[in-house]
Amino acid sequence: MQLTINGQQHTVPDSEGSTPLLWVLRDHLGLVGAKYGCGVAQCGACTVHVNGSPVRSCVTPASAVVGQQVTTIEGLAASVGKTDGRLHALQEAWIEHDVAQCGYCQAGQIMSAAALLKNNPKPTDADIDNALAGNLCRCGTYIRIRKAIHAAAARLNERAAS
Amino acid sequence: MSAAFSADDYINQIMRAAEAQTATSPKTEFNRRGFLKVVGLAGGGLVLAFHVGGQNLAFAQDGIKRTADEKKEFAPNAFLRVSPDGSILIYSKGPEIGQGIKTAFPLIIAEELDADWKQVKVEQAPINPAVYGRQSAGGSRSIPTSWDQLRLAGASARAMLIAAAAQEWRVPVEQIRAENSVVIHTGSGRQLTYGALANKAALQPIPDEKSLRLKDRKEYKLLGSRISGVDNRAIVTGQPLFGIDQTLPGLRYAVFEKCPAVGGKVKSANLAEIKKLPGIVDAFVLEGTGKVAEVMPGVAIIATSTWAAFQAKRALKIVWDESEASKDNWHEWIKQAEALAKQTGPETIFSAGDFTKATADAKVVEAFYRYPFVSHTPLEPQNCTAWFRDGRIELWAPTQNPEAGLAAVASTLGLPQEKITIHQTRVGGGFGRRLINDFMCEAAAIAQKVNAPIKLTWTREDDQLHDFYRVGGFHSFKGGIDKSGKLIAWADHFITFTADGQQPTSGGDLRPDEFPAQVLPHVSLTQTKLPLKTPTGPWRAPRSCSIAFAVQSFIHECAVAAGRDHLEFLLSIMGEPRWLKEGDPYALNTARAISVIKLAAEKAGWGKPLPKGRGLGLAFHFSHAGHFAQVAEVSVDTNKKLRVHKVTVAGDIGPIINLSGAENQVEGCVIDGYSTALGLELDIVNGRIQQTNFDTYPILRIPHTPEVAVHFIQSDFPPTGVGEPALPPVAPAIANAIYNATGYRVRTLPLVREGFTV
Repeated sequence: MQLTINGQQHTVPDSEGSTPLLWVLRDHLGLVGAKYGCGVAQCGACTVHVNGSPVRSCVTPASAVVGQQVTTIEGLAASVGKTDGRLHALQEAWIEHDVAQCGYCQAGQIMSAAALLKNNPKPTDADIDNALAGNLCRCGTYIRIRKAIHAAAARLNERAAS
Repeated sequence: MSAAFSADDYINQIMRAAEAQTATSPKTEFNRRGFLKVVGLAGGGLVLAFHVGGQNLAFAQDGIKRTADEKKEFAPNAFLRVSPDGSILIYSKGPEIGQGIKTAFPLIIAEELDADWKQVKVEQAPINPAVYGRQSAGGSRSIPTSWDQLRLAGASARAMLIAAAAQEWRVPVEQIRAENSVVIHTGSGRQLTYGALANKAALQPIPDEKSLRLKDRKEYKLLGSRISGVDNRAIVTGQPLFGIDQTLPGLRYAVFEKCPAVGGKVKSANLAEIKKLPGIVDAFVLEGTGKVAEVMPGVAIIATSTWAAFQAKRALKIVWDESEASKDNWHEWIKQAEALAKQTGPETIFSAGDFTKATADAKVVEAFYRYPFVSHTPLEPQNCTAWFRDGRIELWAPTQNPEAGLAAVASTLGLPQEKITIHQTRVGGGFGRRLINDFMCEAAAIAQKVNAPIKLTWTREDDQLHDFYRVGGFHSFKGGIDKSGKLIAWADHFITFTADGQQPTSGGDLRPDEFPAQVLPHVSLTQTKLPLKTPTGPWRAPRSCSIAFAVQSFIHECAVAAGRDHLEFLLSIMGEPRWLKEGDPYALNTARAISVIKLAAEKAGWGKPLPKGRGLGLAFHFSHAGHFAQVAEVSVDTNKKLRVHKVTVAGDIGPIINLSGAENQVEGCVIDGYSTALGLELDIVNGRIQQTNFDTYPILRIPHTPEVAVHFIQSDFPPTGVGEPALPPVAPAIANAIYNATGYRVRTLPLVREGFTV
């Protein structure tokens, strides 16, 4: 089974076809940015992109993403052309706004936010609420998540304009 | 009542140890623990380490083999290291659980060091309490217990750098100042960087602690500003920081199934069947130690991947012997408590004046309050990686309490502590859950039976079923109001629980000085203890997180009954500004209380006209040395649909270390407090927790997040912690706002149990 993760080809045994993508990423490929939180698509900590759309990797069998483009938090910056340690605007905003507390959910939050901004460059609070309602933060950093998304959107729009 | 698997002794011991280290004692701690010693560094530079008895204990447990020469000249486990290239490495000694300590601790050192924060790198210190002193994270005690120790560590290094420059320039130290990692000769303007001075500084004598001048607050450049967390970049790029991210060569993946009713033992299990499943390496029964804070009986499965282990766990068929297992039932307890509510309790916790006489011709208000059991539910489930080899064990653990973990693992395995090494990982949420190291003990016990390193991962369901829960409770109140409308008498029959038949269970004790007992003339606090087996433990702001809801709501009921404004009523209860126990940061200071109450009310626009169905609610609570007042603004429609618009917080925890971190904690406390008050409740049936994942245990989500305004009064008292004390006032502030909006009095949590929706 061939999987394309962050633009790279990985060979995974066919016997792992029914294994959720989350565990293939974490245990087989050593990509641990996507987190296990619930196993039933309730918390969003495992969010990755498949062809640019957010999916819960804890309930997505690996076989379902064969031939698809999978992007994880580790490859998010590169997916928008940011290489050599440069970051996605959302990652920059997350650092500037000091969003994280424990930080465990934040990769999933950022992946959901990145998918939102791609389709909706100027989201309202309601748009953000809608797009991130599937991502739990047990520490309660939601206020800063909203602020960081607005800040990243503004920066991306400025860059697009200039 | 069997206390065979009660964790209370263990937890109480932890809590007593934590609380013995009060904010007034760290200096003693610093002196007793050891003295600073400079250690030459291979490759040059200044290293400051704490030594005890002349032996470099920094070496004791880091597991690195060294030659005799290396031992003389190399000390990797110092508090800080200044290298000749100017980079500064600071070790943060405490577990990072989301409270921001990995940024706050180094900031304190860097401030006194006058370091350029841009040149500072932070690493997690090894677990070695003999070197570092307190290394647990709990009770909002990290800042107060480490404040002096860390300031002195920074100031000592700074003094040595200045002494080195004085030697170089042949000028008195008084003519030299330091800023931003540079020392400057005031007269000539000559400068040397810390990097350039590092080697020479390492040769300076350690300054006498008493000779060090710690900075005045006015001189702070870093403390009090907003600093982004030191791990933020690693977090947003998905680096392996957390316990669950750890890996080792040849790692095996483990799960552990225990009886869903605590105390059940394995009678039989389909082990042969399980061992045949794909990816399964082994499956075996662990008898355990019978201690719920260590290892309870269960079945361990070892696999080649987490998923294989999870799948096999689902296929497990275990017959449990439940003869000694919990049969606890939440609904039975509610009935019992309601029946007991009319009486006073058989045990007196505190009594002052004469409640009966005082209320003879007073207006008496009565009410019965209840709040449920809740779980900690950190988003990172319990997990631990362990490697047992050559009679030693190494553990990689997301724990809040590595110090206690050492002892617990030693007890579980029967190993001396010298043979145990704990590597502290970042922790995906603590909330008090990981003060208890059962997950670490289980990993250790499993690793001892496996010839490979193992990573034990709990499922979300395991995490919900095997917590040390926030205990539920009941309060039957009476308040006495005299003819002038003054609250003169207060009675609380507290109905709580006991695991051992003696002491209230962890988190379920009402203290004799629980507000407002200590400020009223006629008080009767009594209690009844119902037997329970369900393990309980400290949950973010233990006791306060639940009791404040009942107390601060009932005070509002009394204000209403007295026909007085709640703000004015609460302030009048505080009375004259005074510190109830002068010099004790854990004693209420009514002056600080009055200040935060007034500030919260002013900032929230207390008394402003509001449309129908909208209301402001006020609450105050003092805990963990923090004085906090909050005003919630809510609206409620005729279908009991609730919206919490805004929570205004005023708090006094002394000077703020990292303003961004402190504000984040307060925002988190408000959201956690609201989340819990709104929808969280555990149903216990036949000893089994019924809410096993987020579909039935609905943590608050982003659409329902209120605005939070944070205002600190940065008084001159020594700084204290902020991970907990901002939480307790949230629930009563919201409940009181609901009353002011609708006239409906909330006396039961969660709010959904009272018919509210969002």
